[in-house]
Order: sequence, then C-alpha cells, then structure tokens
Amino acid sequence: MSADHAPEAAPPKDRSAVRSLLRLWPYVRPVRARLSVAAVVAIVASCVALVIPLVLKWIVDGPVAAGDPGGVWLGALLLLVIGVGEALLFGFRRWLVARPLAGVEAAMRADLFRHLQRLPVAFHDRWASGQLLSRGTTDLMLLRMFLAFPLTFLLVNGVTILVGVIILLAQEWTLGLVILGPVIPLVVICSIFEQRYSHAARRAQDQVGDLTTVVEESVLGVRIIKGFGRHRAQARAFRELSHTLRGTELHKARLLAGIWAAIVLLPELAVGAALVLGTVQVADGTLSAGTLVAFLSTALALRWPVESIGFLLAMSQEAATATDRYFEVLDAEPESASDRPAGERIPGRPAGSAGLQFHGVRFRYPDAPADAAPTLDRIDLRIRPGETLALVGATGSGKTTLTALVPRLHEVTGGRITLDGQDITEMPRERLRELVAVAFEEPTLFSATVGDNVLMGADPKAGDAELCRALDVAQADFAHALPHGTATQVGEQGLSLSGGQRQRLALARAVVGRPRFLVLDDPLSALDVHTEALVEAALRRVLADTTALVVAHRPSTVLLADRVALLSGGRIAAVGTHQELLRTNAEYAWLMSGAPIPEEAR
Amino acid sequence: MTTTVDNQPADVDPPPPPHEPEKGQAQGQAREQAQEQDAFSQDTLPAPDGATGALLRSLLAPLKGRVAFTAVLLLLQQAAVQAGPLLVAYAIDRGVPAVRANDYGPLIAVAVGYALCSLGGAALQYGFIRSAARVNQDVLLDLRGRIFRHAQALSVDFHERYTSGRLISRSTTDVESLRELLDEGLQELITVILSTAYILALLLWLDLGIGGVAVGSFVLLYLLVRVYQRRAAAVYRKRSTAIAAVIVKFTETLNGIRPVRAFRRERANDAEFHRLNRTHEHTNGDAMLEMARYVVGSRLVANTAVAGMVLWGAYRVADDTLALGVLAAAVLYLRRLYDPIDRLGMFLNSHQSAAASLEKIAGLLAQAPTVPEPAAPRELPALASQHPGRAVEFSGVSFSYRTGGEVLPRFDLTIPAGQTVAVVGSTGAGKSTLAKLLARFYDPTDGRVLLDGTDLRDLAVPELRRGVVMVTQEAFLFSGTVAENIAIGRPEASREDIERAAKAIGAHDFIAALPDGYDTDVRKRGGRISAGQRQLVAFARALLADPAVLILDEATSSLDVPGERAVQRAMDTVLHGRTAVVIAHRLSTVEIADRVLVMADGRVVEDGTPAELTASEGRFARLHRAWRDSLVG
Repeated sequence: MSADHAPEAAPPKDRSAVRSLLRLWPYVRPVRARLSVAAVVAIVASCVALVIPLVLKWIVDGPVAAGDPGGVWLGALLLLVIGVGEALLFGFRRWLVARPLAGVEAAMRADLFRHLQRLPVAFHDRWASGQLLSRGTTDLMLLRMFLAFPLTFLLVNGVTILVGVIILLAQEWTLGLVILGPVIPLVVICSIFEQRYSHAARRAQDQVGDLTTVVEESVLGVRIIKGFGRHRAQARAFRELSHTLRGTELHKARLLAGIWAAIVLLPELAVGAALVLGTVQVADGTLSAGTLVAFLSTALALRWPVESIGFLLAMSQEAATATDRYFEVLDAEPESASDRPAGERIPGRPAGSAGLQFHGVRFRYPDAPADAAPTLDRIDLRIRPGETLALVGATGSGKTTLTALVPRLHEVTGGRITLDGQDITEMPRERLRELVAVAFEEPTLFSATVGDNVLMGADPKAGDAELCRALDVAQADFAHALPHGTATQVGEQGLSLSGGQRQRLALARAVVGRPRFLVLDDPLSALDVHTEALVEAALRRVLADTTALVVAHRPSTVLLADRVALLSGGRIAAVGTHQELLRTNAEYAWLMSGAPIPEEAR
Repeated sequence: MTTTVDNQPADVDPPPPPHEPEKGQAQGQAREQAQEQDAFSQDTLPAPDGATGALLRSLLAPLKGRVAFTAVLLLLQQAAVQAGPLLVAYAIDRGVPAVRANDYGPLIAVAVGYALCSLGGAALQYGFIRSAARVNQDVLLDLRGRIFRHAQALSVDFHERYTSGRLISRSTTDVESLRELLDEGLQELITVILSTAYILALLLWLDLGIGGVAVGSFVLLYLLVRVYQRRAAAVYRKRSTAIAAVIVKFTETLNGIRPVRAFRRERANDAEFHRLNRTHEHTNGDAMLEMARYVVGSRLVANTAVAGMVLWGAYRVADDTLALGVLAAAVLYLRRLYDPIDRLGMFLNSHQSAAASLEKIAGLLAQAPTVPEPAAPRELPALASQHPGRAVEFSGVSFSYRTGGEVLPRFDLTIPAGQTVAVVGSTGAGKSTLAKLLARFYDPTDGRVLLDGTDLRDLAVPELRRGVVMVTQEAFLFSGTVAENIAIGRPEASREDIERAAKAIGAHDFIAALPDGYDTDVRKRGGRISAGQRQLVAFARALLADPAVLILDEATSSLDVPGERAVQRAMDTVLHGRTAVVIAHRLSTVEIADRVLVMADGRVVEDGTPAELTASEGRFARLHRAWRDSLVG
C-alpha cells in the first residue's frame, strides 16, 4: 500500500485473466505432479463428504425404521470411516502442496531479485523500490495462495456441485429443481456486484495510497512542517483524506451487506420451499423421511461450494493482476553483458587513443518528453592516461548524468565512449566496471561491516593491507576507532554514520581496488574544511597515476585536476587549466568565484 | 486483499469450508510480512502496563451505543439462522402426521416460519454488516488520526531516534493489521462463539444425551486449539524473522542499485539472497504444515463426534426413545457445529499480529511530546524598531539528551535584533543543537530561550513561526507543484509573491525551464530536480515566510558558488534587518556575518567580528587561513 506509483499505464482492459495465469506454468511445472495428485485427493475428499447424507438416509430408512441395532452400528461405523477418511485426505492434500508451493514462491522471488539486479539503472529510476518490493512479497504470496486454493478448488467445487446436483436430482428430481431455482438470479446478482465492488475496492486502494503519501511526507518532512508551523494544514489534509476513505469503505460495506443478504436469502428460501414440498410428499408416502433428511443435508453441503465460487474467482482475478505485475518487471529487458560482440573493434586503433574518451556523446533520459532538448549533446572529451579532469558546471547542467555514462549505468543515446580505444559497449559490463570505479554523490553504505563495505570495490583476494591503504587515502581512519573497528556493522541495520563519514568510506571503496579509471562525483562536498584538505592531499597521490574524471563544485576540488572541462547547457563549453579558464571564460569565473558575469554570457 | 472473501461476514452456515483456514493463514502472513517491514525496529517502545487494552477501550468508548446495537443484531441474526433445523424437526414430527390427517396448519406454520427466518436472517445480516462497518471504520479513523496527530506533536528529537520507517509503518501496516482483525477476525470470533453456544444449547434442549456428547467434544477441540496456538506462534515468529531479512536485503539492494552495479555485487548478492530466501521457504512450509496438522486434528475430532452421536441417536430412535425429527435436526445442527473450528485458526493468526501491532501503536502514543504547545500562549511584543528582526537571548541554557550525554553545558548568549551571526566549528561541536534550541525543535534542559524577552515555550505555533524559521540541509519536497512547495512558507501567498521569492534566490530560471514551470509536479516525470535546486526551493520557502529570525543549518552544502552568492545577496536585500543565525562549514558565508561564534565541545570558544577573529591567533584564524588557501584564483 505504498503511495509510490508504478510508472506503467494501467493494464489494457481486454487482458485475459487466464492468459495471465498461464504464464505461471514454467514455475508450476516442476511441482505439477504433486499439485495434480493434491487436486484428485481434494475431489475425492469432497465427494466423500457428499456420501455422508446418503449414509444417514440409509440409517434412517433402514435399520432405524426396522429397529435393527446391528444395522445402526454398521451405519455409524461407516460414518466414522468416512469421517476419518475425509480428515486424512484433506490433511494429505495440504501435506502434498505445502513444501512445493513454498518452493514456487521462493523460486519466483529469487528470479525477481536476480532480474532486478540486472535491469538498467534507468528502470530503477522510474520505479519506486516500494513498488518492486510489494511485487516480491505481497504479490508472490497472493500467487502462492492462488496455487494452493482457487486453482484446485475451482475444479474441486465444480465437480462437487455436479455430483451433488446429480445426487439431489436422483433422489427426488422435483425437489432438486426447487433447490436449483436461485442459481440463475444469484449468478446475475453476483456478477453485477463483482463489477461494482471491484470499482469501490480499487478506489479505496487508491485512497489508502493517497493517505499513505500524506503520512510518509509528514514524517519525512517533519522538520519543514515544524519549521514553518504547518502541522495544522497537514493534519487537515490528513483528516479530509481519511474521511473520504471512510466514506468509500462504508460504501464497500453497503455493497457487501447487500450481496450477503442475497446470498443468504435466496438459497434459504429454496430450502424452505423444498422442506414444505418434501413434507407434503412424505405425508403422501411418495417420499421417505430418510430421503428428505438426506436431501436437505446434501443441499446444505452444496451451499459452501456454490457460495465459494464467487470469491474463488475474485481471488483468481487478484492472482492474475499479481501475475501481470510480476511479469511487468520480469519482462523488462536486462542489461546485456555487452552489446556488440567483443573483438569487433574499430580496425586500426588510432594512435594516441589511450585514456578515457567521449566521441560526440549525446544523452537523453528515456522518459524525457520527445520535444525536450537532450540532457547532454555533442560531448567530445579526452582524458589522457594518468590525467585528472575536473568537470565543472552550474547546478543541473548534467554533470552527474555524464559520470553515469562511463560505467554504463545509463546508455549513451548517440556517440561513443572509449577506454584505451575500446568502445565501452564492446566490452563485457563486468570487465568495464572492473576498470572503472565510482564514488557517488549520495554515498550509500550497505548493511555489512565497514571493511566489507570498502572492500567490495576490490577483487576478492584483497585483504587488510588494501583496506588500510584505502581508509588512509580517504582519511577514514575514524573506522579503526569504531566500537568493533573495521568489523563494525554499518548501514540500515548498523551504526549510523555522519554524511562526511559515509562520503569518506564511499571514497575509500572507489580507490581500494586501484582502478585504472576513477569517476568521482563531488567527493568532498560533505567534509569540513580541515578534513577536506587532508583528503585532498592523500587523493592527490592516488590521482597521480590514475585516469580520473572528478565532478567539482568548488575551487579546492578543481585543484586536484590537471585540466578542467566546463559543462554548460549539456555541451562542453570550454576545456583548459583552472587558471586559463578563470581568465578566459566568464561563466567559469562566475561559477568558481561568484563574480558577476556580463549579461550576454549567461 | 479486499475481496468478498475477506470481508466474509457472520457465519451463514456454510458446510465444511476446507479452504477457509488457509485463507486465514495467508492473511495472517500478509499482515506479518507487512509488519516485518518495520521489524528492523526490534524495540517496541515502552508503554505502561495495560496501555494496549486502555487504547482499545478508549477507541470503543465513544461508540458504546453502536457496539451494543451491533451485538444485538448479531444475536438476533444467529437466532434466525439457527431456527432452520428446528423447523425441519417440527415438519417431520408434526407436519407429516398433520398433513396425513388433512390438517395443513402445521405445514403452513413451517412455511411461514421458514420464510420469516430467511427474510429476517438476511435483513439482520445486512444491518449487521453495515453497522459493524460503521464501528470498525470509526475506530480506524480515530486511531489513524491519533497516530498522525501524535507523531506530528512529538519533537524532532523523537523523530530522529525513532526513524521515519518505523513511524510510517505504525500508521500504515500496523493500522492495517488492526483493520483486518476488526473486519474479519473479530466478527468471525463472535460468530463462532455465538453459533456454537446457540447450537450447543439447542442440542441440549433437543436431547440431553446428544448435547452432552457435543459439549464433551469441545473440551478436546479446545485442547487442540491451544496446542496449535502455541506451535503456530513459534513457527510464525521464525517466519517473520525470515521474511524481514529477505525484505531488508531486497530494499537495500534496490536503493543502492548504482553502487551494486558499479561494484559488480550482483553475484554475491544472489548468493546471499538465496540463503535468506531458502530460510524463509523452509519456515513458510513449516507454517503450512502446522496448519495441515491442526485441520486434520480438528476434523478427526469433529467427524468422530458426529459418528458417535448419530450412533447414539439412531439407536434410541430405533428404541423409540427419540423422535425421528429430533434426530434429523440434531444431525443438521451437528454439520454446522464443527464448521467454524477451522476458522478459529484464522482468527488466532489475525489476533496475534493485531495484538502485536496495537502494542507498538500504544507504545508510540504513550510517548509524551517533549516540546509541548503552551497552555496559555502569549503574543510577541510589538516590534521595537522599524527593523523586522527580533532579539534572541539564551539565558542560562544547557542541553543534554535524555540518555544523559551533555551536549551544551550551561551558557548565556545574546543576539541583538538584526544581527547576522555565523556559527562555525567542527562536527559535533554543538552548532546544530544551538540552532534547534532556537527553532524550538528541542527545549533546553535548563534555562530559557527568549525572543524579544518572551520565552519560546509560551508562543503558540503560528506565532512562533512568524518569529523563527529554520532551513536545514535536507531539502525535502512534498508531492505537488513547485509553487505549492514554495508556498509552504506562507500558504496565502499569491503567485506573484512566490515568483518574487524564487527570483530573489536565483531559482526562477530553472523553475521556468521545467516542463510546466511553477506548476510542474515534483514527483512526476520531467520533475528531475537536483540536490542544489532543492535547496534553492527550500530557501524560496524561507524568503516567503519572512520571519523575524532566520536560521540556516548547513543549508548551502549542495549549492555551487553562484547559488551561495545568491543566498547571500538575498539575505542582504530581501531579508535585510532580520536576525540571522548561519551554520556552515564553508567559510564563504562568514564574509557576510556581523559576528562569528566558534564552537568546540558544546562551548562558544571565540566570539567576535570576522575581522577581529581573523586577526587573532585563535581557531578561527587558522580555519580561515586554510580556507583562504583553498580559494585559489
């Protein structure tokens, strides 16, 4: 019930629930034998239950009427055997499906997780993690329930009803027809109800989503709400929404009350009519008392299978929606290992193409409106081996986007990026990401130890020596002073660190593997002046022999670089040393010192 | 999870529904899963004993009348429903002989009686569902509102320790699990109890012997339920832990997808996830098998009892000590008697998770706001001069966390109206705490914070926020348009006011370039707004609010140099004459300050004009030199 919205449009109206559910087959296939046996067992168990009234009839009309105690014993024994059989069969069915269905759910979840990890970052940008999580939990649980119940019991109840109706008609066809009377009106009423109710239910779900949004934002933005004294307005919005929700819920309850009244009333009236008619027939001697008792008992036994079909169908419908939601994600195209077969290099690698190069790179976000200008256009840049290039640009000029293109977190829309002359789309992503290490603007730590968090940037053989070196470079020696040193648990489930501390660990992670290419997105923004100076000094040593692209907001960071590229309006406006650009480029001077620039240069 | 099924109301005597219990089981599980999303919070806040019960009572108290009414409806409805087999007995024992004697009276009575019971049962059912829904929805409305208002009333200090995730799940998944208990579980339980009581009474009335056997069988069933309850609780607890671990891994991976990809963590994650997923699969299977065991056990007891009673009854009909109609009615009742047993399992599941949720909610509601609104609010005095700023005084203030750590030892500090004060110092020096005391996000442990001589604790919220506004580092945007986000500063502001504020801070250009300009929804596509731009929006908010005292807490960290300059310009023009407290690790801000406070270990160690401090040989001078050196060019 998270408020975040899935970006996909509502599914087309003509989607067929059956077709959706058929897509589950690959997962169900391994357990098909057990599921089928379970279904047969359930059918047998249900039919056994239908035999009970017949035994009662036999007892009443036979031994009881004849006053034969031995026959009574026999009948009771029969009842006991049937009862025990029914109980064991139902238990057997559950035992058959329990482990396999848990397995199906787990397999689907594992596939989802594996797939999600390999989908392009652009996909994750569009989808809120809450939406994906609900697919991995609630939806899969719905599917497991569907396989456990509706799938089996739609079949089982269908057979049970058929057998039951045959028994009823065979016992006394006139009474049977009376009992069957309400079927058609009930089907009509139920289908009308289903339509209205699903409308109301969807509306309620959406309103819960809205309410959740208000709750979430009120909590996340509590400092702003308090800071501006807006909690009354927030409370008012909440009250209005929760009242609307209450109204919808009451509307749902009214619909439910109506359908239940109908479901209770019509069959009950039919049973009443059958009772009166049957009594007359018993009095006439055309029907035995035992038959009447058995008949009413059978009619009651059929009530549940009939009533349940409505909700079994509703559950199937929900399961179909869940399947669609699941496959929406699984159908998304994962990143390929590499797009072009390796080896198909540009023939005759031009001399001097070593280092990191952008050739006429263009980029537009996949979800950007078609008429919008590309975020990045005609980017030509060359970073020589061992050189550090600073990337400078106004807020929102596309610096972060540009850095994401190098490890192929986003795919260029046009142009090429080459590492030592090889197009990055030609090399396996694994290899590419081995070569390029990144420190992101938003430093993310995982729930693991400090050491693990840093060492995930190195190859698995790396040990304490590498860890210490990286921590030293990033001036993250505070890690040794944590309660358990570098074995201290951090992240969501561990010790929470300050922004500056997290940033330094992220930096350590980027440099620990001594990558050939380094991409740093404003790596020092959260550090205070003193720490910043220390990190810079250490970083300078690393950058001396690494090819690096560093996003910089401030002169101090720019000074780490050999040259600077100015990004303006999605293009590279100028390249040169810091001093050159300060002298020759008004926009650069403005960005670095805040000095006013002539109007025409803006 | 809202379908016809789930809201299946009172027992309408369905014959054995083998599916019911597992449906319940699955629902219980959904609830638990939801709950587990906040199981990262292993701590339930301490609540006084009996707080959960007291909370439930206080929620139901205003609805006493309606609850009673609903209960009566259910009592009558059950009576109507259970009358059916009695009429069958009457029809067989009286109606048949009477018809044979050409007396149709009893038969007509049966027909009329059956029709009345059916109609009455249906009408009562209708009334009951609606009435119960009213009660449930009113309880939920009340509870949601209480949690929301309480969470908003609690101090920032609380929010920082409790984390947003837990607070959100308190008001969503925990309320949801109570909703399910109210909607299904409770109704189910009452129906089960009522129909069982009715049927047992009727059986005893029909025939003491048969009734006695039925009562006896319930002792056995009770034991069975207890055993199941104990075993299921253990299994479910394990399963909750398992799914919580799965969810944590899942969310963490998705939220950190960029580093996951960039550092090639996919395979390591797959392996780890596989392990967690397997554990969950195993416990999940265990839970289903536990339910299977319960179903087999209860069915065995029920079916054996039925066979025994039929034997006993039939024997006596053959003996002529029991009427045939009575036996028929008893058999029909017996079929109904044991139906609800399976569903009891379902109730137990939903009860368990709802109880846990309620306990957590009660714990939250038991937290007393540490920054309460004043009982007798006072107004700020009229402005002393034509300047819009106000004087700030910290008088004998000290601050410690409730856990004991002292952050700010006792100090006095006066900031004259209209002064701009920069606060510098390393992380942990107490700068933010000082700011939060002034914004009344915290109250001081000792002493008073005064605004033009008035204690902040005596100001009502609207008055306080006309006085003091704080802009923080995290620039959160609410869903809605950019204009609406700026207008949070002053809701009654016109579009012109909003644009003027945006222009003053240099945010107008980027806002105008968004797909719908000021009307761009910040949560929809096209609304990509960078961290720096968010901070500009936050500033526009503060400009619009136009407070007497403005606090900037690291509010420029994501801004580039021009952005920072725009902020300084705005403070010089739009905010001229306001009292300002600026916290920043970048010293550029200090340039515009009238006065600098250097803090270390919770104390103000240097205090003077920027020029004085730069000239001295103190900490500030050293910091300032380092910063100067970094500003090459």
